[in-house]
Amino acid sequence: MGEWSDEWTMAGKKNIWGVVPEVVELQSEGGAAGTMHGALQTGALTTTFTASQGLLLMMPNLYKIAGELTPAVVHVAARTIATHALSIFGDHSDVMAMRMTGMALLSSNSVQEAMDMAMIAHAATLESRIPFIHFFDGFRTSHEVQKIHQLSTDDMRQMIDDELIISHRKRALTPDKPVLRGTAQNPDVFFQARESGNTFYEACPAIVQKTMDKFAKITGRAYKLFEYHGPEDAERIIILMGSGAETAHETVDKLNEKGEKVGIIKIRLFRPFSMRDLVEAIPDTVQGIAILDRTKEPGSAGEPLYSDILTALQENRTEKWKSFIHDFKLINGRYGLSSKEFTPPMISRIFDELKADKPKNHFTIGINDDVTHKSLDYTSNGWTGDKEVFEGLFYGLGADGTVSANKNSIKIIGDNTDFNAQGYFVYDSKKSGATTVSHLRFGPNPIRSAYLIDKARFIACHQFQFLTRFDMLRHARVGATFLLNAPYSPEEVWNHIPRDVQQQIIDKKLKFYSIDAYKVARENGMGTRINTVMQTCFFAISEILPKEQAILMIKDAIKKAYGSKGEKILQSNYAAVDNSVENLFEIIVPAEASSTLKMRPAVPEEAPEYLQNVIAEIISGNGDSLPVSAFQPDGTFPTGTTQWEKRGIALDIPVLEPDICIQCGKCMMVCPHAVIRMKAYDGSLLEAAPETFKFMDAKGREWPDNTKISIQVSPEDCTGCELCVEVCPAKDRKEVGRKALNMASIDPLLEQEKVNWDFFLTIPEYDRSQLKYESVKGSQFLQPLFEFSGACAGCGETPYIKVITQLFGDRMVIANATGCSSIYGGNLPATPYTTNEHGLGPAWSNSLFEDNAEFGLGFRLTIDQHEEQARGLLKKMNGQIGNGLTEAILSADQSTEPGIFEQRERVHELKQLLEKSDTNDAKMLHSLADYLVRKSVWIFGGDGWAYDIGYGGLDHVLASGRDVNILVMDTEVYSNTGGQCSKATPLGAIAKFAAAGKRTGKKDLGLMSITGGHAYVARIAMGASDTQTMKAILEAERYPGPSIIIAYSHCIAHGYDMKYGLQQQQKAVDSGYWPLFRFDPRKTAKGENPFQLDSKAPKIAFKDYAYNEMRYLMLAKSNPKIAKELMIQAQKGVDEQWRIYEHMTTVYEPEKVQGQPENGEDNQ
Amino acid sequence: MKLETTYLGIPLKNPLVPSASPLSTDVDSVKKLEDAGASAIVMYSLFEEQINSENQALDHFLNTSAESYAEALSYFPEPQEYHNLHAEDYLEQIRSLKNAVEIPVIASLNGVSKGGWMSYAKKMEDAGADALELNIYYIAADPTLTSETVEQMYLDDLTTVKESVSIPVSVKLGASFSSFGNMALRLEKAGADGLVLFNRFYQPDIDLDTLEVQPSLELSSSFEKRLPLRWIAMLRPHLTCSIAATTGIHSAKDVIKMILAGADVAMMASVLLYNGPGVLKTILKDMTAWMEEKEYESLEEMKGAMSSASVADPGAFERANYIKILQGFRTENFR
Repeated sequence: MGEWSDEWTMAGKKNIWGVVPEVVELQSEGGAAGTMHGALQTGALTTTFTASQGLLLMMPNLYKIAGELTPAVVHVAARTIATHALSIFGDHSDVMAMRMTGMALLSSNSVQEAMDMAMIAHAATLESRIPFIHFFDGFRTSHEVQKIHQLSTDDMRQMIDDELIISHRKRALTPDKPVLRGTAQNPDVFFQARESGNTFYEACPAIVQKTMDKFAKITGRAYKLFEYHGPEDAERIIILMGSGAETAHETVDKLNEKGEKVGIIKIRLFRPFSMRDLVEAIPDTVQGIAILDRTKEPGSAGEPLYSDILTALQENRTEKWKSFIHDFKLINGRYGLSSKEFTPPMISRIFDELKADKPKNHFTIGINDDVTHKSLDYTSNGWTGDKEVFEGLFYGLGADGTVSANKNSIKIIGDNTDFNAQGYFVYDSKKSGATTVSHLRFGPNPIRSAYLIDKARFIACHQFQFLTRFDMLRHARVGATFLLNAPYSPEEVWNHIPRDVQQQIIDKKLKFYSIDAYKVARENGMGTRINTVMQTCFFAISEILPKEQAILMIKDAIKKAYGSKGEKILQSNYAAVDNSVENLFEIIVPAEASSTLKMRPAVPEEAPEYLQNVIAEIISGNGDSLPVSAFQPDGTFPTGTTQWEKRGIALDIPVLEPDICIQCGKCMMVCPHAVIRMKAYDGSLLEAAPETFKFMDAKGREWPDNTKISIQVSPEDCTGCELCVEVCPAKDRKEVGRKALNMASIDPLLEQEKVNWDFFLTIPEYDRSQLKYESVKGSQFLQPLFEFSGACAGCGETPYIKVITQLFGDRMVIANATGCSSIYGGNLPATPYTTNEHGLGPAWSNSLFEDNAEFGLGFRLTIDQHEEQARGLLKKMNGQIGNGLTEAILSADQSTEPGIFEQRERVHELKQLLEKSDTNDAKMLHSLADYLVRKSVWIFGGDGWAYDIGYGGLDHVLASGRDVNILVMDTEVYSNTGGQCSKATPLGAIAKFAAAGKRTGKKDLGLMSITGGHAYVARIAMGASDTQTMKAILEAERYPGPSIIIAYSHCIAHGYDMKYGLQQQQKAVDSGYWPLFRFDPRKTAKGENPFQLDSKAPKIAFKDYAYNEMRYLMLAKSNPKIAKELMIQAQKGVDEQWRIYEHMTTVYEPEKVQGQPENGEDNQ
Repeated sequence: MKLETTYLGIPLKNPLVPSASPLSTDVDSVKKLEDAGASAIVMYSLFEEQINSENQALDHFLNTSAESYAEALSYFPEPQEYHNLHAEDYLEQIRSLKNAVEIPVIASLNGVSKGGWMSYAKKMEDAGADALELNIYYIAADPTLTSETVEQMYLDDLTTVKESVSIPVSVKLGASFSSFGNMALRLEKAGADGLVLFNRFYQPDIDLDTLEVQPSLELSSSFEKRLPLRWIAMLRPHLTCSIAATTGIHSAKDVIKMILAGADVAMMASVLLYNGPGVLKTILKDMTAWMEEKEYESLEEMKGAMSSASVADPGAFERANYIKILQGFRTENFR
C-alpha cells in the first residue's frame, strides 16, 4: 500500500484536493507512527500502512494519537505476531493487540470492502475524531485479486466534508494560535481528564453507521456495523469478522438451501464496540451461537470477540435491548491462525456442534489437536461448492511467470465478461526454485470463497518436474482438464509421466493436453518465460471464452503490459501466442497405466524418523495434516534438516576437470549453498570409490604423501547459479574456453553424481587442527555448517555466512535479525544450520527485526557469566581435580584451532572427572564446563536492520565493549520485503520509496563505527578480495571486544544476472565506491596504524560499475535527466569518500617518537 | 580556392567530414571540429543492440524474481514510462549538436536485423538530423548463409529506412562482397543517396595474460586507404550517388587522392583522435597549397580526375595492378 502511494506520488498523481500527497519512509514503524503523530498534531491529514510487528511498534503512539482525539487512519493487513515462531501470514493477533489503544477498529471482509471501508474510515474519523485502524486479513484479502467496483474521485469527494478538515486544522499546533498538548499530569487530575473523551467513543458507532449509510447512497453498497445474514428465524448463528465471514456467508446460503436455519453476523466495527447494535443484530429465535476468533490470547477467559459478546449479552439482561425466545448456547472457537485454511466444511461442522446438548467450548477448528483435544474433527468429503464457478489450479515456478500470467487472465476475463473473477496465489518460502500455486475462480455469481481450491475443473502443471514431486491431480474433479508443459512430443509424453499420475488421469477421466512450452518460448525469443505460452493454452482449452476472442484479448493485454518496453518484446509475445495453439496437443489417454516411474519421496528413506514424520510432510504440502503433538511447545527444532530436502532445481551443474584444477578453493568459498565441497584424504580411501568419482593429487608441500583431493558437487542441492564457474581462475591451456569448472546439463550426470556425492560424504573430514585454515584455500577444507539454504540462486549474503560457519561453526551461537537471512536461515520446512560429526554446530535464533544486536549481546552476557562461574568453580574444586588440568584449562590459549582443540580435550577430561563426583559443585561445573571452550557470538543481519531499524541498538552494543561479532550483509535495500530503500541505499539508485532515485548518499556505517575507537571494523567484498575477507573475519572474531564487518552482498534487488555478482563486487571496489578497509584498535596499543585501507585508488568511473545494474539503469530509463544529475553527484561522492579514506590512513598513523623524553620530566 | 562540394545533395564548404567516432559524443569537441574546418559531422553510431537489449534486460530483471515469494512480490518500483537510455541520449545529442553548430549533422544508425530499432531512423530525422548514415555492420559468421541472403538483407534494411524518412540516407558498408561493384549499384538502385566506403570492422585480439578474447580498438593507418581508393576510382563512373571515402585518411595527400579517385567527401576519425581537431586546419592548408601548385581552381575540377574512367590505364586499379607489382618485385630485393 505504501509502495503504491510512493509510486503515485512520484508520478505526480493528485488527490481529491488537487495536491500530490507526500510519502516519507522512516527507519521503523515506530518512527512512522511518531512522524504521523507530529503531522497530525500540526493539522495534516495523515495515514500510514503496516501489519504485525510493525503495528506493535506503532502502539505507544497510537495511544497518544487516540488519547488526543486525532482523526487519522492506519490501514493494516492483519497478520500474525511472532511468538514461538515468526509467520508473515494472516490472522487478527496484531489488531487484537491494539484493543487497548483507543483506536477504532474497522474490519473489511473482502477485497471490495477493503476499498469501501477505507473510505468509510477516512470519513468517519474526521467526524468522530476517533482515529481508526482499518484492517483486513493479511494475504487472504490483501493479496487476493478480485473484480471490484472502484470508487471514483467524485465518490470520494462526496464522502469527505471539508468543514471537518477545517476543524481538524483549527486544532493544530501553530505559533499563530499557540496551545499546549502532551502535558504530564498527576494523580489529582489524570483520571478525570482521561474520562473526558468518553462522549466521543459513545458517539462513534452511530457516526460510522451514518457514514456507511451515506456511502450506500452514493455507491449502492450498504454496510452495517454488525451485519446479520441468514433467515429471520435462524436457530444457530456464527459471529466473526474478516475474510472468514465471507466464507461463512457462502456456507450458510448453501446450508439453508438444504433446509437448515443458520445465519452469520459479520462484525465490521469492533471498536468502539456497540453492544446494543450487536445484540439487536442477533435473531431472537437463536438457540446457539458460536463466536469465532482469528487470534489466540493464551491464558484468557476467552478470546477477545467472545469476551466482548458475552459482556454485551450479559448487559442486555439488565438493559433489555432485545429479548430472546430461547436460553441459547454460546461457544467460542479459534480458527485460521497464520492464514490456516477456513473452509465451508469447517463452518458446517461448527454449526453441527451447536446442535449438541453440550457443545465443545474454546474449541479450535482446522487443525488436529491431539494433545489438549480442543479441536473439532471435520471432513471435507461430500462438500460441493458453487457448480457454476470455474475453478482452476496452476502449478508453476516463481521464475516462469505463471502468477503474472494468471493475474493477467483474471484481468482479461474480469474486464471483458460479466464474470466475477478471483485469484489467490500461494508461494513457498524458498527464494530459489520457489514454487507457486495459483488458485483462480471465475463465475457468474459473487465469489465469496476465501479459501483455496480443493477440487478443480482445470489443472495446469507448468513445470514437468513437479509431476513426481506434488500429487496435484488429487485436486482434480472427475472430467477435469489437465494441461502439462512437457519437454516431449505428443507421442512420447505419456510414457514419461509417473504411474500414479497416469492412473489418476484414467480414473478421473481427465482431458489431457500437452505442450512443450519452453521450446515455443525459446523459439520466439522469450527465453525461459513461458507465461504467455501457458496462458494462451489455458484460454485455448478452458472454454471460458471463445478461443479467437480470447487470443485477441491476450494480445491486447500484452500490448498494454509491454507496449512501453519496446517493439521487440511485443512481437516476441505475439509470436508466442500464435505458436502456442499450433503446438498444443490433446493426448489420447490409454486405457491402462503403463509407467514405471514413481513419485519422488520428499526425503530419502534413510532420513531420521523426525524428518520422515514431520519435515517430509511439510515438504510434500501435507503440513496441514500434522497434529499438535508433532511440535515442541516452545518452538524448538533440530538443526541440519536441509540436507534431507533434495530439491533438485538446477538444470545445469558445475563439472570439475581435475587435470586443470589448481585446488585454490575459490569455488567452494563463493558457493552460496555449500553444494560444492573439497576434501583432502589418504589415497587408500579411494578403493571404495565409485567409478566416476573424481580426485587429484594434493598440490602443495603441506600434505602427507599419497594425499588426494576431491571437489564434489551435490547435484540435487545445486541451484545452478554459476558463481563457482565465474570465479574459477584455472583454464585449459589447450582449449582456453574450458575452465576447471564448467556448467553441464544435469540430466546425464544426476544419477552418477548422486552416488559420488554420497561417497564423498563418507570421506572423513580432515583434522581441523592440521589445516592452514587462515587462508582461502585452507579454510575450504573445513566443513561448512550452513548448507543448502533456500536463499536465491547466486545469493551474495550466504557465502559470508558459510565461511564463518566453516571457521567457527562448532562453537558459535547466532542472533539473526528478521530478514532474508532469517528466512533462509530458519524458515520451515528445512533449515540449513547443521552440525559436524561430533554433533557440534551453530545454535541459531531470531528474536525480532529491531533488537538483534541487543539479542546477541544477551547471548554474550550469558556466556561470559557462565564462563566466569565455571572458572570460579574450577578454581574452587582445584584440589579435587588435580594433575594440572585446572591450571591448563584456566590458562589455555584458545586463539587458534589447535588451541581450541586442546581445550576441548581438557574440558572433556574434566567432565569425565566431574561425572564421578556427586557434589553440588561438580554438578554445577559439569553443566557449565563447555563454556570453558571459547564461544563465538555472531550477530547476523541486513542493512535494513543495521542501518535503520536496529541502528540504535547496534550503536549501543558497539559501545558496550563486549565480545560480539556483527556481520552486516549489506544489500543496500530491504531485500526480504522487496527492495525498499534503506539508509544503505546508494545515491542515484532506485528502490521502493525511492522510485525517483535516492537523493542522499549512503550512510557510512563503517566510519561511524570507527569513531567510537574501540570496535573492530571492516568493510569487505568477497568478490574483490577473498583474502581480505578472510583476514577481516578472523581478526574480528579474535578481537576481544565488539566487531562489525560490513559485507558487500550482491542481490537480485540490484537487477542483473547474479552470476556476475563477484565481478560487480570487484567493480564496486575498483570504482572506489566500496573501499575495503580494516580498523583494528589492538594495533594502536602496539604503536601501529589501526586503520588499514585495503583497496587501491579508484581506477574506473562509478557509472561503469553502476550502469551494469538495473537499479541505476532504470532511473536513467524513467528519468534520464535526473539520472544524469545524480550520477554526477554520485561520482563526486565517491571521489570525496576516497579522499576521506586516504586521509584516514594519515590521521591514524602513529606519531613518530621525537627522541627521548627529557630527563625525569615524564616520570612524574 | 573553391573547396565546395556536395554530399547527399547537401552543399558543403569543403570535403572534410569527421566520420562516426566518440568525438561527436561531446558538443564542445564538435564545435572545435567545426571551428577547425569540418564541413559536416557524422555522429557516433546508435547500435541496434543498444536499442533492443536494453529493453529486454529491463523486462527480464523486472520480472525474473517477481511473484516468487509472498513477502516480496517484486523488487523494483515500476516506473510509469520508459526511455531507451542510449537511444534517448542519442536523440538528445542530435538536438544539442543542431543547436550548437551550423554544419550539417549526419546521424548514424548501426544494425543488421529487421526490427524495431529501425524506427529510430524516423526519430533521428525528427530530432533534426540532416541526413542518415545507415551503418550495416554485419559479420556473416553463419556459414550456412548464402551471399544472396546477406545481400538481400542489406537491400531490405535500406529500403525500410528509406521508406520511413525523407532526409537523405547513405549506406556505410565493408568491401567483403563477391561482387562489390554490383552490390554498390544495387544499393544505389534501392535508393541509397550515397555510399560510404569502407567500414572498418574492429577485429578482436587475444590477451596473452588472461587468455581471453579481447575487443580492442586499433586506429587506422594511412596505408588502409588503398582499398577505398581503388574501389572509389573503379565505381565512380558507374554511380551517380554520392561517395564518401573513409578509412586510412590521415593527411591532405590522402584527401586529395580520394577526391581524385572520385569521392565527394573524405571522412576521417583516427587522425582526429590522434592529433585533435586542429589537424583539419593543416589538412585544408596543405590541400589548398597542393591545388594551387597543380593549378586546380576548384574541388569539382579534381573530383574523379583519376577515376577509372579518367586515367589512361584503368587496369591499374584492377588485376593488372597486381601483376605489375609482382613483376616489379625481384628476388634481388631480398638480401
